[in-house]
Amino acid sequence: MFPTSIVANRRKFLFAAGSLAGVVSSSTFAAAAEPKAPPGAVHFDVPEDSTKEQGRAVAADGGYGSRSQFETELRWRFPTPNDITSWSMTPLDKMLGNLTPSGLHFERHHGGIPTIDPAKHMLIVHGMVDIAKKFSMADLKRFPSVTRKHFIECSGNGLTEWNKPTLKTVQGTHGLLSTSEWTGVQFSTIARELGLKDGAAWVLAEGADAAVMTRSIPMEKMLKDAVIAYGQNGEALRPEQGYPIRLLLPGYEGNTHIKWLRRLEVSDKPFMTREETSKYTDLLADGKARMFSLDMDAKSVITFPSGDMKLPGAGFYDIQGFAWSGRGRVRSVDVSTDGGKTWYPARLESVPEPMCTVRFSFPWVWDGRPAILQSRSTDETGYVQPTLKQLIAIRGSNGPFGSVYHLNAIQSWAVNEAGDVSNVHA
Amino acid sequence: MFTPEKMLGGLLLAAFMSSTAFAQSVSNRYGFGAEIGPQDLAKYFAIAPDGRGLPPGGGTAAAGAKVFAENCAACHGDKLQGNPEKGIGGDRLLGGRGTLATTMPIKTVESYWPYATTLFDYVKRAMPFSAPGSLSDDDVYSVVAYILSEAKIIKPTDAINAQTLPKVGMPNRDGFIPDVRPELQLYR
Repeated sequence: MFPTSIVANRRKFLFAAGSLAGVVSSSTFAAAAEPKAPPGAVHFDVPEDSTKEQGRAVAADGGYGSRSQFETELRWRFPTPNDITSWSMTPLDKMLGNLTPSGLHFERHHGGIPTIDPAKHMLIVHGMVDIAKKFSMADLKRFPSVTRKHFIECSGNGLTEWNKPTLKTVQGTHGLLSTSEWTGVQFSTIARELGLKDGAAWVLAEGADAAVMTRSIPMEKMLKDAVIAYGQNGEALRPEQGYPIRLLLPGYEGNTHIKWLRRLEVSDKPFMTREETSKYTDLLADGKARMFSLDMDAKSVITFPSGDMKLPGAGFYDIQGFAWSGRGRVRSVDVSTDGGKTWYPARLESVPEPMCTVRFSFPWVWDGRPAILQSRSTDETGYVQPTLKQLIAIRGSNGPFGSVYHLNAIQSWAVNEAGDVSNVHA
Repeated sequence: MFTPEKMLGGLLLAAFMSSTAFAQSVSNRYGFGAEIGPQDLAKYFAIAPDGRGLPPGGGTAAAGAKVFAENCAACHGDKLQGNPEKGIGGDRLLGGRGTLATTMPIKTVESYWPYATTLFDYVKRAMPFSAPGSLSDDDVYSVVAYILSEAKIIKPTDAINAQTLPKVGMPNRDGFIPDVRPELQLYR
């Protein structure tokens, strides 16, 4: 109904279907084009009346389901020069509910997606511990586990948007955000098992990909709520999410949630890896850079209506979006339809959980005149999502290579008289 | 897993103790996992700014120029200027000193990286991109020496090894501050 691209695709599809029918009728020997289902789906012919013939047999899919051939949502790969060290973004505007389907969870890779046999995979925990040990997957699964819903957001989410609106859709501006229910063993359980030496203050987490990704994590965080996760949304992690295990650090920037985790080295000091010095640091206007900016601040975004959609006319629309905070629960969300002059409380559609997204909605009767839609999240610590102006006043504006990470400013979508929705700074 | 003898012992014990007390009396550890020694850790490394974890060996800029030409120049450019082409996207490694407080900051090894140990760790860890971990420790020391020498951070004749690398003074060593977030003015 609303995304302009989908409307165009449907027209194309109908046209193609019509021309195909013409070809088939003109020659009985013409090979019909192979019906093609979108990724993750299988094509089945649609019966004239599904009540007049039997459907397909139970488990005809081999026992693992696929999505409907009519559902087409996909991750979108950001056009980096190299597709091995690259990222893909979640189509937030297509999400129904709070959890991201595992197959649409955003990805960020520095050395491609490794293929790892869990039977051979070990987690080594060593350094400033009383007993250094290695754990097989079977060992890890014998420990008491926890299951918790948390978002992961790349600290680079929206980094193209600091200076001017760049990407058209919410998938582009905010799609490095996904939420899953994660299952695994808490680091504190393993720390108790091995014993920590006096002075143990940091943990280096290392992945088993070609980048052999490493980050140093404060021990306080590791003991508070770090999880070595093997489950995602009720099944094993997806390979692109770190199969067979990843580190989960609720509310911390995505880069620290080390995937394909193979080693934890307990230390008294951080290691100053490439990721925490040259990459995930925020360069301020005075030339100094913040490091270990690990928590993701409160943020929200309207996903409907959002960029590149078209409203068919004046009338009722249920504004929808996501809010989240890396520092705890979302307390409330406000919505503005006049560019921030007036704010109204939004309805939270699920019970807020710590470091987890929550969906919000707001009933809006559009009068057909130009409007600027915004949302603003407040978390349980009392932190209020800032405007871009407020954020730039603090962080400085030193161009696209300065303070690029942790952009949590209020997002603005402009609706014009024709109903076209676009990404603006307002 | 549990032998009949152990089961019986457990049952007898349980007759005298509450189940919670029994569980605690057996062990306060789960006992999962296998203890490891130095041999299990031989292939792992993480090099801290104080030089912990640096391997034996060493190198010079002259040797590193050859290593760079053969393994790094295709992505990072003959002059270490980077190569943003499709399918490559190798970072620029040199220049940018004095740009960090401008509106077009250029972040490179020379201008931005606070520790030389990080360069060794990263090259040994993940480079060259198409064959990660394939360089010898001497090759890594050499190519690190070459990059630091081209950046005029060390002299072309300086030897780089486990003793000298942690002492290299990077230009932006004091350019980093702790995170001060969350900003108090954003609270209500």
